[in-house]
Amino acid sequence: MPADVQADALSNTIADDLNTRGRDWYVDRAVSVGVFVGGVSAIVFIIGIFIFVTREGLGFALGTLDVKEFFTSMNWRPTSERNPTYGILALMAGTASVTGLAMLVAVPFSLGAAIYIAEFASGRMRESLKVLVELLAAIPSVVWGFIGMSIMNPLIIDMFDVPVGLSVLNAGVILGLMAAPIMTTIAEDALKAVPDSYREAAEAMGATRWQVVFKVVLPAAKNGLMAAVLLGVGRGFGETMAVLMASGHAINIPTSPFDSVRALTATIAAELGDTARGSDHYGVLFTLGIFLFVVTFVINLTADIVVKGVGKKQ
Amino acid sequence: MAEIAIETRDLNLWYGTFQALFDVNIRVKQGMITSLIGPSGCGKSTLLRTVNRVNERLGYVRTTGTVDVMGEDVFAAGVELARLRKEVGMVFQRPNPLPLSIRDNVLFSHRIHRGNEKVSRADEDVLVEDALQQVLLWDDVKDRLSQRATSLSLEEQQKLCIARLLPVKPSVLLMDEPTSALDPKATEALEALIWGLRGSYTILIVTHNMAQARRASEECAFMLLGKMMEIGPTDALFLSPKLSETADYIEGRYG
Repeated sequence: MPADVQADALSNTIADDLNTRGRDWYVDRAVSVGVFVGGVSAIVFIIGIFIFVTREGLGFALGTLDVKEFFTSMNWRPTSERNPTYGILALMAGTASVTGLAMLVAVPFSLGAAIYIAEFASGRMRESLKVLVELLAAIPSVVWGFIGMSIMNPLIIDMFDVPVGLSVLNAGVILGLMAAPIMTTIAEDALKAVPDSYREAAEAMGATRWQVVFKVVLPAAKNGLMAAVLLGVGRGFGETMAVLMASGHAINIPTSPFDSVRALTATIAAELGDTARGSDHYGVLFTLGIFLFVVTFVINLTADIVVKGVGKKQ
Repeated sequence: MAEIAIETRDLNLWYGTFQALFDVNIRVKQGMITSLIGPSGCGKSTLLRTVNRVNERLGYVRTTGTVDVMGEDVFAAGVELARLRKEVGMVFQRPNPLPLSIRDNVLFSHRIHRGNEKVSRADEDVLVEDALQQVLLWDDVKDRLSQRATSLSLEEQQKLCIARLLPVKPSVLLMDEPTSALDPKATEALEALIWGLRGSYTILIVTHNMAQARRASEECAFMLLGKMMEIGPTDALFLSPKLSETADYIEGRYG
């Protein structure tokens, strides 16, 4: 056989070999496409929800709704026959007071727990606490509402000698306990992300454990800790069921922690089932939805920006 | 005869069940630079980290024998770690300035050790300038003291890590391969700076760079497999080592 023919045959087999797509190639493609679809679906769902809520509520919000009354009136009388009014001031006050109290409860608890788990606990203690905290985060909110109604309610009536125990205090404490686990987890991640070389450096200079935490670790993790608090606020703001059950659900601008209030979210949950589709009442509830959507979006976005450390000194 | 700054007697150390140091005896002379050399894993960093007990962070470390710093047993029951570490400063392999301003880094140690004593800003300024002057960093950073220390170059960071030890007036400085993260030029600058600190401080420096030990230390100790093999004036150790293991290591036959 002449040499050139032989070389030709050889290069043919190499070309054949290079052009063969094996099973692995198809599996790889399929997985890439599948994962891509999964990833993009999150965006699609978010946009879809936004479009749905906006379509149902925006027409009413821009047309019929008296925006000034919406934000400044404390009269929420959507079912009034003669003169329905849609003022959410009292509802905003309800949500704000409950969320505010919840943060007063949750911030010290969750930061304390995170500092203990990340900086002080070791070995088995740390692992079991982490599991426990994650377990707490998984308790359904209706169970928390149940606790608010059947345990906290009589407890508050007894302890403070007040006629009703379903109030800002009750809902705030319940919501604080609900938000604390997720805040703990995020805060702990933030503390864990602080390089150990900082701790070692400070300890080698004679700093005590507490000095290390207070002067080095907490300042270094402050963006992540801020984000944890903001996500807790977002959680409290959007929570519905537990607040509906524990707050008393009375339209009221609270003047004391023992006043009953009604939250924005709880209003939608309680009323949407009774409204006629397309009615003004239906529209205003969706407007509330848009409002909630925008506020939680802003809170989460802020948390995200804070984590990434925008505005960090260089 | 110079005073002894650090003395270990029959020091044994275990990480869990692994024994890292075997009956180590060393006397480090006050005001001198003593280098610890030996192949990786010979226990030189372990020995260094035992002097200020920073080893104990690991939690599974056990020791027998004694370590004296300036005549005081560091393992004695009454010893407070914070006081010990004020007396014995440490510089690490990778520069590890805290994520604070340059000024706050220099003052960190001083602030945690001065308790409730009030120190005026002017006094702090003096401390900062003095410390940064000693490490030859003052002129480079004097106009940007409020900048974050982590934004400095590695060389400047490592100088800062030495400077922050000085305001509390330690007697001993431990250095664990302080130039291993630096380029040759920065290494030269650091060596010059360390050389300038001798006399004022007792310096114990771990290095895996024999040339560095030779040019930048006055006493040299050679360790192998957790044992202290040979100690002596650097020139003597390099010119006429007593043990064949030392000679082989110095000539690069292993390690």
